[in-house]
Formats: sequence, structure tokens, C-alpha cells
Amino acid sequence: MKVVVDEEKCVAAGQCVNAAMDVFDQRDEDGIVVLLDENPPAELAEDVRNAAAICPALAIRIEE
Amino acid sequence: MAEAETRLAPDEQAYFYQDDRDAKCPFAPPPGLRALNEKAPVTRVRIWDGSTPWLVTGHAAQRAILSDPRVSSDDKRPGFPYPNHVMAESAPHHPLTIFNADGADHTRIRRMMTRPFTRPRMEALRPSIQEFTDELIDRMLAGPKPADLVTAVSLPLPSLMICVLLGVPYADHDFFQEHAQWATRSDKTVEQQNAANAALGGYLANLLQKKMEEPAEDVLSDFAARIKDGDLTLPEAVMLSMILLIAGHETSSSMITLGTALLLDNPGQLANLREIDDTKAVANAVEEILRYLTVPQLGQRRIAAEDFEFEGAEIKAGDGIIAALPAGNWDPEAFPEPEKLDLTRKASHHVAFGWGIHQCLGQQLARIELQVVYGTLYRRVPTLRLAVDRDELDFRPADALAFGISELPVTW
Ligand code: SF4
Repeated sequence: MKVVVDEEKCVAAGQCVNAAMDVFDQRDEDGIVVLLDENPPAELAEDVRNAAAICPALAIRIEE
Repeated sequence: MAEAETRLAPDEQAYFYQDDRDAKCPFAPPPGLRALNEKAPVTRVRIWDGSTPWLVTGHAAQRAILSDPRVSSDDKRPGFPYPNHVMAESAPHHPLTIFNADGADHTRIRRMMTRPFTRPRMEALRPSIQEFTDELIDRMLAGPKPADLVTAVSLPLPSLMICVLLGVPYADHDFFQEHAQWATRSDKTVEQQNAANAALGGYLANLLQKKMEEPAEDVLSDFAARIKDGDLTLPEAVMLSMILLIAGHETSSSMITLGTALLLDNPGQLANLREIDDTKAVANAVEEILRYLTVPQLGQRRIAAEDFEFEGAEIKAGDGIIAALPAGNWDPEAFPEPEKLDLTRKASHHVAFGWGIHQCLGQQLARIELQVVYGTLYRRVPTLRLAVDRDELDFRPADALAFGISELPVTW
């Protein structure tokens, strides 16, 4: 699984951090998404898919 | 034929939005709204001013429309479906804010406001939120019975937290609680609202000026620094501060009050919640209660910026669009048996905070406040119960900005 984030689209809602804390963080200055792990392990796959599904700004893309 | 339904001509027969909730199930969205969604996810409705915007009731359709760039939040466009006459009259004078800006303007404004509300920063605040909550409960338990949960816990907690974040003295809270309420009422005149806004604006301008001289670790100091750097004007900073101050009050407060009334009405679910000893499970319960109650009951108001086809509806540029969030959160396609409160249900895809680029900025603060209150109050006060019959509770009408109960008399 490969995760791609679009900083331009991100509105800093923090939903991705709720869903998968080991994969996403937020930049301190403006809350923009920080991708901690581009290739998350299989056991986190469901959480990451959920993060992409609840990102309100559609800023997270997953390439399987 | 379903297709013909969605193309319903703007006529007198269209469903009137907002109608009232069923007094027997006050926590459920109005029955007419749910029936509408059974017919089609998008329909024409009639609103208070006689206009006939599109009402989006389906969960998937709401997410699609609220993240569609052909749809605008600009409340100065003719045809915008205002929720009431006060908004309609005041909109021409609204400055550009996170609520009514689109695209790049929105991004610029939003980014100035997001810093204090990130999930990691909110997590760091959890211990203080816990401390305040415990103190408020101690005070309630030491006071007379019955007590009003709204004045004891629901209002002071969010109010205190937003004051801490902004760097506004909590000692002045009576002043802004009153103004916060004015901003969310439809029964005030434009003049009355303007006077209230001017008073609050003057107060904040004063405070911002003080923070320019003596900055601290808070949002107003952050804005003050931007004014000094020339990134922000004083009136803009006042506006941003006012939005944060007002938005932080009513909504979280309503969720604490309504959530408690709802749980007392569902003793089985409440018993389960009391047993839970895991923050993840409590967090999940909070999402389900958010879904069930959907406090922003007036729906997200938008306007089409161009012609397009959507779910069989021929939307024209200038058509008003309303995403009725309570209906989306009770759409059986997204949440099977929506009328069942199930704290273990996976509900994090609800739209109680809206959807798209305008999704609530303060949602992580609200979540942690609710997690702490729901995780503490019922455990510490296991005999908590209503001091009046449920029928006597004063539920706010369907046309109030936030769904809520003005007073919740409880005893233990
Ligand atoms: S959920 Fe989306 S919008 Fe929110 S912080 Fe993550 S990437 Fe950004």
C-alpha cells in the first residue's frame, strides 16, 4: 500500500490523525497533514483506508 | 418515477423545510425529512422565504455535493438559501470569512485559524479538560438538587476551554455567552445583532491591542503578531476571533446536554458506556452520539456556481442547495437501522461536523471535550437522572441554528 497526500487540498481537520495516528500527523504551524509512513504495514491498512474515507477534503489517496 | 420526483417543479406542493420534530421522538430528525430521503437523495423543497432550493438528504449525495467545486458558499450571490430573515438581511454586509469564502480565499483564511485546533494540540489539552470537568462536577454535587446541567457543566466547560485557547479572560464569560447566543437566534432584529456584534468586536479589538504589547501563548497573541507583521488587519483579526469565540460555545454545549438526555433515555447503552474503560471505545461512542443528534440542524447552505446534473437533478447556476445533515446521518444506506443508538457502531463517517473544505474547524476540541464529559459524568454520578418528565424538556425549535435543550434539570 502506498499513501499519497495533497497538502494543497488539506484543510487541517485532523480526521486522518484520529483514524491512523501512526501514519498521519499534523504540522504544528498550520495543521497541514504530515505523512509519517508512505508504505504503512498491512496491519494498519484498514485504518489508513478509513483515514482516506473520512478526510473531508479528499486530500488522501491510496495506491494499492 | 423516481427521476420525475427529483425534477419536481418549484411549486406550492413542495415539502416545507424546516418542519418540527415528532414530540414523541424528539431526538430523531423530523419524520418528513426522513420520508423525503426514502424517495430520492435530492429534491426541491420550499423554505421560509418561499424560495425552492434543492435539499440533499442522502449521505453519499451530501458528501459529493459538499466537496463539489461547482458549488459555492458565497452568501452574497443572489438566490442563496438563507436559513432565516436575519441572515438574509445581514449577508450583504458580511466580510469574507471561513464560512462564506471559496477556493484560494478560503484556504488562506482557514490556514490562519487552524494552528490551535490540531489533533495533537487538543490531545495535549486533555488533562486540563479532565481537570475542569472534574471541578465542575464536584461543584454540581456540592450544590443543591436538582441542578441544571446546562449551567453546571454543558456551558462552562466549552466556554472555559475556548477562553483558554484564545487567551480571553474567563471572568468576562457572562458577556460573551450572551452574545454567542444572540448570534445563533433567529428571533432578534438585524439592529439588535449588529449592536451585540459591535460590543463584542470592540472588546476583542481592545484585547488584541493588549496582546500586541504583551503577547502570551494563545490564539489572540498569534493574531496580534500577524497584525504587527502586516499579514492581517485589526478588523480581520477581530472577525476571526469572534468566529472562534462564538462557534466554541453553543454547539459543544448542546452536545453535552442532548447527549445526556439521550443516554438517560437509553439506559442499556448508558450502562455499557459506564463500563467502558478504553478511550478508543469512548471515542467511538462519541461519534455515534454525534451522528444520532446532529446538532447543526439547519443544514449546510450553498449555491450552484454553474449548471450541472446531480443525482438526476438538473441544477442551474444560482439554484440554492441545502445539505440536511440530520437526514444524511440517518440515511439507512450509510447507517443501517439509523434509529438504533448503538455506541459500538462504526460511525466516524457521519456528517455532524459537515463535509468538504468547510468541515468544522473546532471538531477535535469538541471531540475531546465530549470524550472527557461522557467518560466522566455518568461514572462519577451513577444515579444521575432527569428531575422532570422528558415531555417537559424544552427542546429548541427546528429553525434554531443548533438543536438543543435550554435547561436540563437533573438530580442524583
Ligand atoms: S483528514 Fe484530510 S483535511 Fe484533515 S488533516 Fe488529514 S489530510 Fe488534512
